[in-house]
Amino acid sequence: MTKYIIRRLLQTIPVLLGVSILVFSLMFLIPGDPAQVMAGEGASEQTVENLREKLGLNDPAYVQYGRFLGNALQGDLGNSVRSGRPVMDEIQARFWITVEVAVYATILAVFIGLIAGIISAVRHYTLTDVSIMIIALFGLSMPNFWLGLLLIQWFALGNLPFGWDLPEILKMRPSGWGDSWRQIILPVITLGTGGAAIIARMTRSSMLEVIGQDYIRTARAKGVSERIVIYRHALKNALIPVVTVIGLEFGGFLGGAVLTETIFAINGMGRLTIDAIRQRDFPVVQGTVLVISLLFVIVNLLVDISYKFLNKRIDLN
Amino acid sequence: MAKKELLKVEGLKQYFPIKGGFLGRTVNHVKAVDDISFTIYEGETVSIVGESGCGKSTTGRAILRLEEPTDGSVVFQGTDITKIPKGEMRKFRKDLQIIFQDPYASINPRQTVASVLSEAMHIQNVLPPDQRRARIEQLLETVGLRPYQADRYPHEFSGGQRQRIGIARALSVDPKLIICDEAVSALDVSIQAQVLNLLEELQDEYGLTYLFISHDLGVVRHISDRIIVMYLGKIVEIADKNSLFENPQHPYTKALLSAIPVPDPDAVKSRIVLKGDVPSPIDPPQGCRFHTRCPFATDKCRTEEPVLRTSDIMKDTHEAACHYMEEISAGKMTPNY
Amino acid sequence: MNEMESILVVNNLQTSFGTEAGEVRAVDGVSFTVPKGKTIGIVGESGSGKSITSLSILRLLASNGKTKGGEVLFKGKDLLKLSEKAMREIRGNQISMIFQEPMTSLNPVYTVGQQISETIKIHKKLGNKEAMSQSVEMLKLVGIPSPEKRVKQYPHELSGGMRQRVMIAMALACDPEILIADEPTTALDVTIQAQILELIKDLQNRLGMSVIMITHDLGVVAETCDYVAVMYAGQVVEYSDVRTLFKNPKHPYTLGLLNSLPRHDVDQEKLIPIKGMVPSPHEMPVGCRFAPRCPVATELCHKKQPDLLSTGGDNSEQIRCWMYSEEWDGESEVTLYGEKRTVKG
Repeated sequence: MTKYIIRRLLQTIPVLLGVSILVFSLMFLIPGDPAQVMAGEGASEQTVENLREKLGLNDPAYVQYGRFLGNALQGDLGNSVRSGRPVMDEIQARFWITVEVAVYATILAVFIGLIAGIISAVRHYTLTDVSIMIIALFGLSMPNFWLGLLLIQWFALGNLPFGWDLPEILKMRPSGWGDSWRQIILPVITLGTGGAAIIARMTRSSMLEVIGQDYIRTARAKGVSERIVIYRHALKNALIPVVTVIGLEFGGFLGGAVLTETIFAINGMGRLTIDAIRQRDFPVVQGTVLVISLLFVIVNLLVDISYKFLNKRIDLN
Repeated sequence: MAKKELLKVEGLKQYFPIKGGFLGRTVNHVKAVDDISFTIYEGETVSIVGESGCGKSTTGRAILRLEEPTDGSVVFQGTDITKIPKGEMRKFRKDLQIIFQDPYASINPRQTVASVLSEAMHIQNVLPPDQRRARIEQLLETVGLRPYQADRYPHEFSGGQRQRIGIARALSVDPKLIICDEAVSALDVSIQAQVLNLLEELQDEYGLTYLFISHDLGVVRHISDRIIVMYLGKIVEIADKNSLFENPQHPYTKALLSAIPVPDPDAVKSRIVLKGDVPSPIDPPQGCRFHTRCPFATDKCRTEEPVLRTSDIMKDTHEAACHYMEEISAGKMTPNY
Repeated sequence: MNEMESILVVNNLQTSFGTEAGEVRAVDGVSFTVPKGKTIGIVGESGSGKSITSLSILRLLASNGKTKGGEVLFKGKDLLKLSEKAMREIRGNQISMIFQEPMTSLNPVYTVGQQISETIKIHKKLGNKEAMSQSVEMLKLVGIPSPEKRVKQYPHELSGGMRQRVMIAMALACDPEILIADEPTTALDVTIQAQILELIKDLQNRLGMSVIMITHDLGVVAETCDYVAVMYAGQVVEYSDVRTLFKNPKHPYTLGLLNSLPRHDVDQEKLIPIKGMVPSPHEMPVGCRFAPRCPVATELCHKKQPDLLSTGGDNSEQIRCWMYSEEWDGESEVTLYGEKRTVKG
């Protein structure tokens, strides 16, 4: 097991190198001369040239990359052009907010998705199943900026359809994060709904497949009660493919928080990225993309390792 | 009767690499078929029998180069077909056909029977297109289907009928040798008998040669002229049918024959129940591969690999790979169960 | 057979499946008796309803299957009328079952020990530790070497033969009175099949249970069974003791099976197959279900379905064929093992 984890960690090195190259090339892919952009519209030729020299933009690309990588490994991602503060500091302040949003959204998606998926599978082809799957289809196809705006309209501004009144208990705050639960619920629902729908559908199909397996019939033939057949014998097997989806969804929430954070004015990494892009703050863009990619790789690694615990058939060595 | 060689397999090896390690290097091989040689004569039926993992199906596939053999030669009518470029194999595919256990898996479900058959004829260019329809209908009648069924899809047929379609497809290109890879194993006995009889009739009519791959010794006894017994990638015994069933020499063959339940409640049984399972073909045992399960195994068996040979106690066309077959046959060795 | 104590009586069992093309009666009026301590074989080809019969007994049918009629009397109790809870107390405890595919019949995510001890815990109400030590005992009983090590292994670490042994250990853990073995050796190689059949016979002698052996293999029937029910298209067509079935079979279908079977122990000139194929369950013949394939069928056979008749005084031989009824006049000629035989009505 330890050997497997070490091997997997070693295997992430080339992935991270690839990511760093991509992130580094962002500088060149974004239109315009970075030095010009950083110096500002009205800067003189000389100022731009000085800046270029200072940033090392005149060096060959591989030297620049080497420097970038060397600094990044030491935790130095440069300074923000706009604020002048180190990028790492900028990110650190926002990082935990985004992670928090993603974790809550994942918990919501897993909780609702699993329960709905299991119920759907156990009662397949009944009205319950069909209703759950239709709702899931809605959840899946609803763009989350629209869902976010709708939720704000209904539960923050109180503009419910049919002129209904919004009870005080359901009144939420439309912006910010972390001060009260009234701020947390709407963004988490906005972000988590799509994931819940995907997890529900995945759980259902995976459960249905497992329920048809021979070993489920064996469990019944042993005299095991139906509840235990479902929860002990079927679910553990059915979860194996679902875990991948959960991992991917969590990764997606980290990156996909951009829209949600913008709608709800949450000061997370997503918003930091958007603002940085808008302001051509290249070091910050590089920094956020790098951190999100790194997180994604770690999440994937954790997913693979959790396989080991769920599925004894995968020979990890 | 002078027998004419049709297919000669010599030193055939089929190793499958096992990838592993950090960089996915080949760390080992599954030695599915490990140095086997035999000859098939025109017009006869040769069977390969053995349990799962013995390499019988792999042998069939290697002969057709469905998988490139690792080593050895397959000489068909004087040409070593393992040495010719892949493109030229097409010519020989016309003469060498294969029928699988599950014909459904090898027939495109969206093609009608007629288009399956005419495609086969088109690839091998056997008949001018305008004559193919008549030939298809004739083929279907030959295999016991009705001509009007030509325009139906595979799913409209039962298992036995699909196997007939598989046979019709093989026949459509006028082959010389048909490899039947567990071709009747999935069929119920009453249908299996129909298909076996059909195969025999077709052999008489078209002078076909069969290489019959099966785990069912009842079927093999019924259809074969000669039989090859394989164990863990090696041939352990090869003999004509009567010799093999009446006078088996290799301890594995004996155990295999005695293990089959006899459909006769009064049959006298002296069953040799082998201990344990077949070892892994990745690390086959040293010496005789059967020694881990053989009741007669000695130190010699554990170190020295026996070769196929004949002996005074059997016909000169009968060969077995056992160091001690004479001693066992004379009752000089005590089995250790 | 009357003098023998019977443990299970199946009477006029009817099982249907809902399919897209309408309801299919997979088992239609099956009756047989399982004598105590003996083995009864249910033999038939695919689609004969033999597996459905066994699943109906334990009420383990898939969700679209339903037992529509008849009774399954286990020591006088009709299993079809029991509550689901009462039925669970019988499954794995008094009546156990093993299946065709040992490779897929064990749960891949639990150890062998966890799976065997689950049965013990449910039915014997034992704690973890005792259940686990009994599991080790069971593995020893079914001849698995180093059982202390094996209980901790997962199914994928075992060979097919070993897994079937584990299934048997699990089925026998609570001393059942009946073991239903549904094609227990079909997926195994012959040398392993021999080991498993030997094991079942040996355990039956030691534990005194009855066995229902479901198989398509007449060789397995001849070797393991005391009585045999031959099934065709959802019905029992012949029931007798095993010697009579092989030496003096009566139903044309049984004769046909024996004639089409290629044998490894004797030389046969030619196989005599049964013509045609099994009728589709959607289009069952009105008369005898075997009539369209029967070499001796007459107009009567095509028109009217024969009942399962007892031949001889007791119920030890039953046959569903007009040829052995009083309505049949004249003689018919049938072939068995290459010899002609004459049957008088």
